Amino acid sequence: MANVKKAIKISQKHLLGIQDLSISDVNFILTEAKQFIDLNKSKNKKLDVLRGKTQINLFFEPSTRTQSSFELAGKRLGADVMSMNLNNSAIKKGETLIDTAMTLNAMHPDIIVVRHQDSGASNLLSQKVNCAVLNAGDGRREHPTQALLDALTIIDRKKKIEGLKIAICGDIVHSRVARSNIYLLNMLGAEVNIIAPSNLMPKDIEKLGVNSFSDMKKGLKDCDIVMMLRLQNERMTSSFLSSNREYYEYYGLTPDKLDFAKDDALIMHPGPMNRGIEIDTNLADDINKSVIKEQVELGVAVRMACLKIFCE
Amino acid sequence: MKKKYFLNGYIIDPQNAIDEVGGLIISEDGKIEAAGKKVNINNIPSREKYIDLKGKHIIPGIVDMRVFVGEPGYEYKENFRTLSEAALSGGVTSVVTMPNTNPVIDNVSIVDFLKRRGRDKAKINIYPTASLTKNLESTNMTEFGLLQAKGIVGFTDGYKTIQNTRLMSRIMRSAYDLNCLIMQHVEDSELAKDGMVNDGIISTKLGLQGISDLAEKIIIERDLTLLEDFNCRYHISQISSQKSLDVIKKRKEMVEFTCGVSINNLSLNENDIGDFRTFLKLSPPLRTEDDRLALIKGINNDLIDVIVSDHKPEDEEQKRLTFAQASTGASGIETLLPLALELYHNESLKLNKIIKALTCNPAKILRINKGNLNTGNDADFCILDINKPWVVKKENLISKSKNTSIEGRKLQGKITNTFVKGEELFKT
Repeated sequence: MANVKKAIKISQKHLLGIQDLSISDVNFILTEAKQFIDLNKSKNKKLDVLRGKTQINLFFEPSTRTQSSFELAGKRLGADVMSMNLNNSAIKKGETLIDTAMTLNAMHPDIIVVRHQDSGASNLLSQKVNCAVLNAGDGRREHPTQALLDALTIIDRKKKIEGLKIAICGDIVHSRVARSNIYLLNMLGAEVNIIAPSNLMPKDIEKLGVNSFSDMKKGLKDCDIVMMLRLQNERMTSSFLSSNREYYEYYGLTPDKLDFAKDDALIMHPGPMNRGIEIDTNLADDINKSVIKEQVELGVAVRMACLKIFCE
Repeated sequence: MKKKYFLNGYIIDPQNAIDEVGGLIISEDGKIEAAGKKVNINNIPSREKYIDLKGKHIIPGIVDMRVFVGEPGYEYKENFRTLSEAALSGGVTSVVTMPNTNPVIDNVSIVDFLKRRGRDKAKINIYPTASLTKNLESTNMTEFGLLQAKGIVGFTDGYKTIQNTRLMSRIMRSAYDLNCLIMQHVEDSELAKDGMVNDGIISTKLGLQGISDLAEKIIIERDLTLLEDFNCRYHISQISSQKSLDVIKKRKEMVEFTCGVSINNLSLNENDIGDFRTFLKLSPPLRTEDDRLALIKGINNDLIDVIVSDHKPEDEEQKRLTFAQASTGASGIETLLPLALELYHNESLKLNKIIKALTCNPAKILRINKGNLNTGNDADFCILDINKPWVVKKENLISKSKNTSIEGRKLQGKITNTFVKGEELFKT
């Protein structure tokens, strides 16, 4: 990251997906995020760059880590943060997303962080409000801050992304994390291997510039990073798999499968994990190999950077 | 009504193989008296006033085989009056209405109501279909014979497909006995479950559940297999993919059937969905550019007989939602011909082929005497300014619902006058 040119301004008004960002946008966000890593480790964690700004977290889908991460990020920057969980609110009374957006817009927030179960929900919202919209996950489409924090974690450990071989493995078809990571890692010059059983592989994924594998061992060969995804049982509407046991046998990350990757390969997971289904529990906790906790830590820094940049 | 003379036009009437400079004479009782090159200044009485077409085209009134009307039950989306006005502005003089109303058109008494409403409120010819199964539930057949005797032209479950093969075989057998037309929407519902767009790179990118083209192909193959034994009048409502065409091509020699395509699938592809444009959430879905080009070729090779608007009015509230929540379908009756003319202007199709697929071909399938300029027939026709450029704007649409799939599209060719039974009912 030493030689990259720093952008002065972000090209987009909203952060809806990695697809919309340019490489200088990405570097701008990552550079900004790096400054917050140390701040988050220090004793006084509070800044006032967003003092007087209002941040609304609009979560239509349950979330623990993303929502708390955004909340903490906003608070550390001095914003007034309001979190709304809409499981039991107006939406249940038949109010549409656009009506909810209009209502919130009338309260003059400076930034809305939104998570929704439908792909494209953040795009729709962004067309109807005056403030910036940060996508915290829309259906299966994108989860840009997750990809950015993954990139930051990789850079933090490997010092670069360009030229690395990165495997993304698991339930790709239902995964917004996979999609955002594919765009971002491709943009930053990594070689991306996608590993999934055919039933969980989206059609024509190769057209996004990745290699696809249904044999995990082949896909993991010589990889620097192994990114495991959660099996999204809640999105499975019909029989995709025979059983979790068989899935673990063929697609769960175990020490013997990890042996196919490079010796110094790192394990990542966006969480929450299904231990014993997609990942061996000891591997997940192996501090020499797993950077899962670091991902969470850097997540706050990345979200602080995004809030700061898109609020301006 | 006074006798009318139209001269110096270009007359296209595929049924009578008329494709020439000429004119049209309408008798006092609103019938076609003569059409074609024989109608010229030398053949009419000198005292008569005539209308100089100045090179504009005259074509038979369009027969649109797939139209959803909101009556009864969804009048806020479209009623017979607004449908009729919209149709006339697009040169459509006959429509086949789908039975997906509330209540469903599935019994004799509702047909009486429908015909009365259609007659009183619509100025165009309404040809209602009834559902294949009671309340579209895919369990019990409707009374094909009795309904047909009441004036039902065909049977379809609209945007639903008969999934049960045993039921489908029985439907075909009954339709054979009673000489009824079956129009099937072809989609395997399990394969297409929760699907919203074509299964491919766009569904992957947008993160939307895809609908595989196999879902269409499988039902076509199944139905045509059944048809070999049961041999009823069978029409595939709409196809959307190259794969389906391959099947149709193979089976054409073995068994008799007809096939339609939506103007949307001929003019748009999956990339037009762009940033989640819900107005392009359609069934069948828009597919790849290769599929679109194959469909155009299908019309050229006479594998596809009919072009329909698949007019499905939806109010804006049903479209201002996320893609998953938004309703399916687009309004299109008034842009059917102008959009089809795009294929003429860009030299994809011959004008005659397009007009044929919009007029006499659907009429023949339905066995109605429409879509032609036969001498003695009702003078249903329109005058077309084929080169006139215009832009599709939501606010200028006449249909009650403004969910057009081609907002902002620059088109060439506009209807200037539409006549039904010799009476001018639309004029720009």
